Amino acid sequence: MAGFQPGRLFRNINAKIAAIPMVFTALVVFVGGTLWTVVYSFTDSKLLPRLNFVGFEQYERLWSTSRWLVSIQNLMLYGVFSLVFTITIGFLLAVLMDQKIRFEDAFRTVMLYPFALSFIVTGLVWQWVLNPQFGIEHIARSLGMDWFSFDPLNNPQTVLFGLLIAGLWQGTGFVMCLMLAGLRGIDEEIWKAARVDGIPRWKVYVFIIIPMMRAVFITTLVIVASGIIRLYDLVVAQTSGGPGNASQVPAMYVYDYMFQAQNLAQGFAASSMMLLSVLIVLIPWAYLEFGGKKRV
Amino acid sequence: MKKFAVVAAMATAFLGSTAYATDLEVTHWWTSGGEAAAVAELAKAFDASGDHWIDGAIAGGGGTARPIMISRITGGDPMGATQFNHGQQALELVEAGLMLDLTDVAEENNWKEVVFPPSLLDACTVDGRIYCAPVNIHSPEWLWLSNKAYEDAGIPVPTNWNEFVETAPQLEAAGKIPLALGNQPWQSNLAFGAISIAVAGLDVWKQVNVEKNMDVAAGPEYAAVFQAVADARALAAKSTVQDWNQATNLVITDEAGGQIMGDWAQGEFQVAGEVAGEDYTCLPGLGLNAYLSTGGDAFYFPKLDDPEQEAAQKRLAALLVSPEVQVDFNLKKGSLPIRGDVDLSAANDCMKKGLELLASGNILPSGDMVWSPDVTKQNEDLMVEFWKSDMSPEDAHAQWVANLKSGL
Repeated sequence: MAGFQPGRLFRNINAKIAAIPMVFTALVVFVGGTLWTVVYSFTDSKLLPRLNFVGFEQYERLWSTSRWLVSIQNLMLYGVFSLVFTITIGFLLAVLMDQKIRFEDAFRTVMLYPFALSFIVTGLVWQWVLNPQFGIEHIARSLGMDWFSFDPLNNPQTVLFGLLIAGLWQGTGFVMCLMLAGLRGIDEEIWKAARVDGIPRWKVYVFIIIPMMRAVFITTLVIVASGIIRLYDLVVAQTSGGPGNASQVPAMYVYDYMFQAQNLAQGFAASSMMLLSVLIVLIPWAYLEFGGKKRV
Repeated sequence: MKKFAVVAAMATAFLGSTAYATDLEVTHWWTSGGEAAAVAELAKAFDASGDHWIDGAIAGGGGTARPIMISRITGGDPMGATQFNHGQQALELVEAGLMLDLTDVAEENNWKEVVFPPSLLDACTVDGRIYCAPVNIHSPEWLWLSNKAYEDAGIPVPTNWNEFVETAPQLEAAGKIPLALGNQPWQSNLAFGAISIAVAGLDVWKQVNVEKNMDVAAGPEYAAVFQAVADARALAAKSTVQDWNQATNLVITDEAGGQIMGDWAQGEFQVAGEVAGEDYTCLPGLGLNAYLSTGGDAFYFPKLDDPEQEAAQKRLAALLVSPEVQVDFNLKKGSLPIRGDVDLSAANDCMKKGLELLASGNILPSGDMVWSPDVTKQNEDLMVEFWKSDMSPEDAHAQWVANLKSGL
């Protein structure tokens, strides 16, 4: 170490000046806004923010509210199912797509189309498809299957699966594309070597390709997981959290309490808990992604 | 915008034309057919008086509109006037000094004498000063029944809530849904409120909601209310619609026996061409305790820097309460006027029932007046869970008392 090096500070000076607005925005808007939210979650702010600290009172109330507990439970269930299914189905589709099939472009476009729709549209479309008076049940019954009954959205036990169907329909195409890009990045030589050694194709995928695609899987995991935590518009459009509180999610709780209940601090407390869960996802990822490189 | 208004005001003054002509932007969430027609009456009257009404309708209901209005006021971009439900919704804005004091307008136009019931003006009053102009009264405690549905089942139309519950199995046997109830949380809370006044009675209701006596809230009278709601939720089990007007539509199309909903449901019956008394029956107070709570809408006026606009705001406030505007507006909207000295002979049967109750003084303050939005929201969350799941009445009762205590 040679102590202070004036040359280093001024190296790439143009790039550094160009980055100042973004750095400033990141610090003030993201970091500053986050800190502000966390600080005010310890107050008793109602409609307007005020600095009257009440300790952990908002958090105590939050964790004793049944709607919040149901929201967390829903999010965990939805999250586990959604992660497992989008990644498995997305990967399988990508593998099928990678078999040098005909019309690959057409299939890829069709698969990716749902991702181009917003969650609001997806939610409304699936609300109608799953509605017993217009959708699947109606079609099956008009075909003569009178015994057929399929009404997931109006049953508290099954409503999450109704959301999951819509979520998977929307998200798997995108995951498929990420995976396909990963598969295309694998060197052809590996396939040739495996063929020379006489290893079955599925073994090559499970033991060689998937470990080689680690970075793609981790990126996919982070994108899908952060999408799950901020799940909001799909639920609003498809069920509005009902029947009862059966399909509530944390982001809806935050919005309702900040704006409808005019209880900012309660909404801040809930959003701070959401931030915490995002950090739980992000920190291991950052560690794996950026910490791992140093070993190479 | 503001600068333009100042320039425009100066220009008109300079040209020596009319004494005043000021633009005021008015935000509200009245967007359905009947509501929009009613707002048009207000705009017409304001334009005729020489000023100019700029309409700022926000679609999506109060839950969507209020956050937008509040962030505009707190964010330094206030409108000329804005709708709120009178009560505690705008209380903090008033306390923060963001709203115009209308006391001088109220005194000049004698609001204390003419506004009836006086509780409406009390809901506009903070520390002895008046901050809003009430425009109408809406009450949620109505049971709407389909005459045809009961005819189909071969039984007479019930005259109160108890008969409604007793005849429900016969209605169900005839293939009808006894009670229509939408999935939105506020509807569950509204139905609970109506049933609680009908079952527990006025005194108990007042002790809990006005005097805030939590021992009565936890007592046997309210336990009976929760039991009654638990019985009623079985009647609404097959009602799977989302919005209130879809539920009303089940009653209009005679698929459902009845619905507990506010007097705004009447507009839907009117649009569908149904006649009160012939096609549908309305029972205020569910036919048991004919009391109406006097919620409704009021206009608040955010503080503006420009004295010209402030004068226009005060002119608008006075205009909203004036008898002619009250009649035109409320006939279109199907709501009750806020003064007892106007003639509403054009009103229909159900509106007349409401007017009679109002005149006889069988009135209560509304939930928005006695509890903060925070408590109301917590209760909505609780009630939608209670109505739409198999939650036990005891658990719901205990949680409800805890919700009320959080607002003391």
